[in-house]
Amino acid sequence: MINHHLYKKEGVNVAFSSKILEKVRLIIKRYPDGKQKSALLPILHIAQEESGGYLNVEIMDYVASLLEIQPIEVYEVATFYTMFNLEKTGTYLIEVCRTGPCAISGGEHILDYLEKKLNIKTGETTSDGLFTLKTTECLGACGNAPVMQVNTEYYEFLSNEKIDLILDTLKKMANGNKPEGSRWVEKF
Amino acid sequence: MVKVTIDNISIEVEDGTMILEAARKIGGKIVPPAMCYYSKLKKTGGKCRTCLVKVAESSSRDPRPMPKLVASCSTPVQDGMVVQNITSKEVLDARKAIVEFLLINHPLDCPVCDQAGECDLQDLSFLHGVMATRYEEGRREYPAIDIGSYIKLHMNRCIHCYRCVFVADQLTDQRVHGMFYRSDSMEISTYIQNVVDNDFSGNVIDACPVGALTDRTFRFKSRVWFLKPIDAHRECNKCCGKVTAWMFGNEIYRITGRKDQWGEVEEFICNECRFERKEIKDWFIEGPRKIKRQSVISANKYEKLLKPNQK
Amino acid sequence: MGRKILTGLVTVPGIRSFPVYRGEGGYMSVEKALCEMTPIDIIKEVTKSGLRGRGGAGFPTGLKWSFLDRKPDKPHYLVCNADESEPGTFKDRFLMENMPHLLIEGLIISSFALGANTCYIYVRGEFKYIIGLLNKAIREAYENKFLGENILGTGYSLDIFVHPGAGAYICGEETALLESLKGKRGNPRIKPPFPAYKGLYDCPTVVNNVETIATVGPIIIMGGEEYASIGKGKSTGTKLISACGNINNPGVYEIELGLPVEDFIYSQEYCGGIRDGKRLKAVVAGGSSVPVLPADLILSTPQGQKRLITFESMQEGGFDSGTMLGSGGFIVYNEDQCMVRNTWNFTRFYRHESCGQCSPCREGTGWMEKVLYRIEHGKGKVSDIDLLVSVANKIEGNTICPLGDAAAWPVASAIRHFRHEFEYHIEHPEICNRMDHGKLIEQPAASIKYR
Ligand SMILES: Cc1cc2nc3c(=O)[nH]c(=O)nc-3n(C[C@H](O)[C@H](O)[C@H](O)COP(=O)(O)O)c2cc1C
Ligand code: SF4
Ligand code: SF4
Ligand code: FES
Ligand code: FES
Repeated sequence: MINHHLYKKEGVNVAFSSKILEKVRLIIKRYPDGKQKSALLPILHIAQEESGGYLNVEIMDYVASLLEIQPIEVYEVATFYTMFNLEKTGTYLIEVCRTGPCAISGGEHILDYLEKKLNIKTGETTSDGLFTLKTTECLGACGNAPVMQVNTEYYEFLSNEKIDLILDTLKKMANGNKPEGSRWVEKF
Repeated sequence: MVKVTIDNISIEVEDGTMILEAARKIGGKIVPPAMCYYSKLKKTGGKCRTCLVKVAESSSRDPRPMPKLVASCSTPVQDGMVVQNITSKEVLDARKAIVEFLLINHPLDCPVCDQAGECDLQDLSFLHGVMATRYEEGRREYPAIDIGSYIKLHMNRCIHCYRCVFVADQLTDQRVHGMFYRSDSMEISTYIQNVVDNDFSGNVIDACPVGALTDRTFRFKSRVWFLKPIDAHRECNKCCGKVTAWMFGNEIYRITGRKDQWGEVEEFICNECRFERKEIKDWFIEGPRKIKRQSVISANKYEKLLKPNQK
Repeated sequence: MGRKILTGLVTVPGIRSFPVYRGEGGYMSVEKALCEMTPIDIIKEVTKSGLRGRGGAGFPTGLKWSFLDRKPDKPHYLVCNADESEPGTFKDRFLMENMPHLLIEGLIISSFALGANTCYIYVRGEFKYIIGLLNKAIREAYENKFLGENILGTGYSLDIFVHPGAGAYICGEETALLESLKGKRGNPRIKPPFPAYKGLYDCPTVVNNVETIATVGPIIIMGGEEYASIGKGKSTGTKLISACGNINNPGVYEIELGLPVEDFIYSQEYCGGIRDGKRLKAVVAGGSSVPVLPADLILSTPQGQKRLITFESMQEGGFDSGTMLGSGGFIVYNEDQCMVRNTWNFTRFYRHESCGQCSPCREGTGWMEKVLYRIEHGKGKVSDIDLLVSVANKIEGNTICPLGDAAAWPVASAIRHFRHEFEYHIEHPEICNRMDHGKLIEQPAASIKYR
């Protein structure tokens, strides 16, 4: 729970492509003049996806410059919301819902099974860098419990067999590109 | 002007005044304690909940009581409002609870804390707290870090009042520290290695109600109650230059803003005055400063103790 | 069969797309409202319908709208609360996923009634897929001139934007939501001033739940009086109830308010009874924040009448033996579930989701979670139970926003109704480390009230 560690710049260069910059401009335009800070959450979602699934200091500074706000305002927001990762994760970030409704419908056993199957503990990443296993709170899909999300896709009505299938498919997909229409830029 | 009655004492104040400010106008025991509100900074208050009071009658037009206790620092008075502070058991109980909450994760390291003796939390727990703690779980522990050459951050002691954030927002041109994460892992930090250095950044030390932000140039030099507060001033082109110099013999151990009876500085001072003018010749001495607060400084609780290096 | 005002068309294939929706009579309410009614007429109609907020608090929507500061010197905003993160609640997702145009229809009418020319839908960030669906539907509405400049030639213009959250339950609280919409941390603020005076960008703003807004269209078509004739007493109309947990048919159901809880849980039309032939142990009826009730008290009120799904009937018995309808998220527990572990689970949720601003909630939720963790993991003491009750009482009512209360109620009510389970854990440290280990707890004969 205690963070208090100071992050370092990674010394990488970041910049959005012109296509994304155009989208960013459109997003900023949704808010009244001078309220461009409102666009912070949508743009951080895009930034996280563009920088490999997590927000490093450089990309946050870059977002701050795009929105003409101070970097500290971006750090404060990025640390508040759980969807933003501050550390590098595996290719697939598996987040199993562990809140009440899922837990009483077998969610705890799903987590146990995933730990056994991936041979890691919750919070760890597999040695091949493919999977990071985490827990999350209610995903708003309790009727389809147990639920987990992998990166930003939902997987519902989980069972051990279904987990086997999902992991196999993900492993096969690991080198392929994302299916069209599933990126944040395209959703906005 | 509107009329408000606090603990059976009535006073007329300007429309829009907060209950707490009205109480301060009356003064004395009926003033609710404040840990996060700071009248010199905009938008502060509402967070610590130590200033909760009961509104027994909302106004003369609508004499119904407010359903919950309200934060007196952020609730404006209305004409005919009747407020209970120390006359309400509910309020006193709630305040005790808040003190308990503020202390459960506090390290209680007063013996090694530079703020001891002038700490709002010490005063608060002394006046409103309960003696024994019911908390047996682990406490939050953070390493202390330096944020720049002048200021030390002991996150362990922070009560999350946000005052330092508002100081940086309202007095300095660029804020480099802030509140991160959330819930009970919320913390003050700079996120990346960064230096809080700005002409007015030192004011976070005065505004911090506890020993979370302390003066590195004064660290462990002395306990405050061994020092004599003297009002002094100098010509300064950055700030008002009016300070309190904390002296031991003829030496200035540290400089702070001049704190009023509510523990708030009268005027903010610049870093040059605070950290770099420690020679007596830098200052015009005005005379001893009376510290009116409850603190052990004025209560002389430690009078008979010897300073460690005085043996 | 109750009337299906919101979900009647869900089964029509392709209803998500504009042409199909329009073909089924969609957007007729917009035509009626914008061309034949004034904003005041609309507010009157909504007031007459008795519609109450579906986001949790049940505040009358017409009344809320009438509070809006109508001075024309500042822009007005309508913000639709689609943050839906309350454990047990997933009705808004169902509505947005299946009937996106119904929501847009409601948003147009409501914005018109409130004099708002900009409207934001704040959707929780995890619903990325829903965000895509909504944006597609909004695009269709623009293409068909139901959004944009000069809608239906009335001179009225409206823009709707979808704004994503990023994982914070507290952003469902309306003032936190508005902060978050400004690109800040989701810290609630003290009310007053209410958003109706000082909301988004300090302008008059109304925040309404997805379901509330979606109901506005049908109300305009059928008339407020007709809508008010459905339901019971001050709980008018229909409501979406999301049911989950150990039941045969988890899902979202539209019911007429006033349906007995017993019928809802046991009839084939709805939950279909408890799964695997087990018995009913407890129900949390309004999303995790409301007090949990044991089987006998959820099915009937302390006076022995059938408990109905209405705002009033749920509250009957007060805090001792009642609960709240809240957002309508039914979480149903069978006899195997452990109430101690569940309480710890919920408290951990609130600790995780507290914004951390005010001391009672920040420190109190953490404290309760640590104590409950100890009890659940075999290190509890008898005195811990009263300590928990005391801490919960001290959080309640002393915080900035209702999340503090929401964290305190589940703990206080679980101890009130299932104290023996807490005691059993403390006496038998090895008993339980999974939710369904509740069956290992020996229940004292007097307390067996399973149904
Ligand atoms: C902690 C907390 C979480 C909330 N979450 C939601 C939510 O996810 N969705 C929602 O519609 N309302 C939520 N609310 C209620 C809102 O504050 C607000 O009352 C509601 O959006 C008003 O809309 P209504 O009048 O249509 O119900 C929440 C309230 C609190 C205190
Ligand atoms: S460091 Fe001090 S001033 Fe800043 S939030 Fe903590 S207690 Fe308040
Ligand atoms: S009650 Fe909790 S969530 Fe609400 S403002 Fe206070 S700390 Fe934040
Ligand atoms: S509890 Fe898992 S999705 Fe709600
Ligand atoms: S001083 Fe009023 S809440 Fe902190």
